[in-house]
Amino acid sequence: MKKVVKDADAAIEGIQDGMTLLVGGFGLCGIPENCIAALVRKGVKGLTCISNNAGVDDFGLGLLLQHRQIRKMISSYVGENAEFERQMLSGELEVELIPQGTLATRCLAAGYGMPAVFTPAGVGTEVAEGKETRTFNGKEYLLEYAFDAPFAIVKAWKGDTVGNLIFRETARNFNPLMAMAGKLTIAEVEELVPAGELDPDHIHTPGIYVHRIFQGPVYEKRIEQRTVRKRG
Amino acid sequence: MLDKNGIAKRIAREVKDGMYVNLGIGIPTLVANYIPAGVEVVLQSENGLLGIGPFPFEGEEDPDLINAGKQTVTTLKGSSFFDSAMSFGMIRAGKVDLTILGAMEVSEQGDIANWKIPGKMVKGMGGAMDLVASAKHIIVAMQHVNKAGESKLLPECSLPLTGRRCVKKIVTELAVLDVLPEGGFKLLERAPGVSVEEIVRSTAGKLIVEGEIPEMKLD
Repeated sequence: MKKVVKDADAAIEGIQDGMTLLVGGFGLCGIPENCIAALVRKGVKGLTCISNNAGVDDFGLGLLLQHRQIRKMISSYVGENAEFERQMLSGELEVELIPQGTLATRCLAAGYGMPAVFTPAGVGTEVAEGKETRTFNGKEYLLEYAFDAPFAIVKAWKGDTVGNLIFRETARNFNPLMAMAGKLTIAEVEELVPAGELDPDHIHTPGIYVHRIFQGPVYEKRIEQRTVRKRG
Repeated sequence: MLDKNGIAKRIAREVKDGMYVNLGIGIPTLVANYIPAGVEVVLQSENGLLGIGPFPFEGEEDPDLINAGKQTVTTLKGSSFFDSAMSFGMIRAGKVDLTILGAMEVSEQGDIANWKIPGKMVKGMGGAMDLVASAKHIIVAMQHVNKAGESKLLPECSLPLTGRRCVKKIVTELAVLDVLPEGGFKLLERAPGVSVEEIVRSTAGKLIVEGEIPEMKLD
């Protein structure tokens, strides 16, 4: 079993123009920074990115937008990015907005081998347009399909050489779900250790869901909204 | 008439000991500052945290630890982390007792619109549609009228909906109102110094006023 690759450029091998990628993170928290930088270097275009947010102008998925590499975003909230807004209003970028819980659960379904799920989110709104509905116990639900994406790119805190992952704090967010949902999952980690060093009881994502893994050389971990309180 | 903090202070009186509560961005976030002493609640952040603590001290910000508004926060004794599917799983399963959020419009049926204004840049619904579709109890914190002076409590929402028939209670700068299951806004309390007439004038939807309407208690 050889899952460890030497760097981000090797990890993203096979990602081609026009593909759909699941990309972990919430805002700038827990995003696969090194893989995004490698995608910019590689210059793949026409990507569809499924990710809760779209980064900021000069970080996260905003970097791919800056280089016009994304054709379509599937997200729940995209408010923090001027270039995103410009491309969306000019029609260069297609945007599909879906409820955050629906986004998470469509990943979960893919990772659990379920073709679809029922959720009440969006019933009676434009999100429901064209979707099958069904009533259970007097309440209406929408049928939402599992995502089908050839690649997932996630970021974990620690990982081992067989692909087991541990996430840290709220940087967990969508990462374990997208790791499960991808047909081929690429994980970048802050610390890569030999198999056996992570306590099996502490693993969040079992290595069966991870196909390529590497340790990122640097993590900027930019903070989007720095809020503090005064001492005393 | 109440200011934003006054609205938050009044809503804080609705929060009961032992509740799990999700607070939206804006006025709802302020509610955390006014929860009465002795009332223990656990705040849920839909990006994967139960037990949101205060903002960190300067120099102690942790980029891995944020709330749903992407602000740096801290944990408390008893906090826990989880992924986004579990986060919305606990919301969908009705484990979160109370959701407090803002709105652009609420209808007399309890419909809520708070995510999209046609013709303007749409940022997305985030977790709002999931929250309003599943929360056991939803309180809306908002201004009674918009900047153009038009009522936000309407017979029908004019903006695209976030959810249908879900809002139970509304607290504005003028009043506390219940949305009745059969439809209509039932006036419960007036803000200090606000007359019933003023509330009637500011409410476009069906308003039900029965008997003497007391002034709100804030402390």
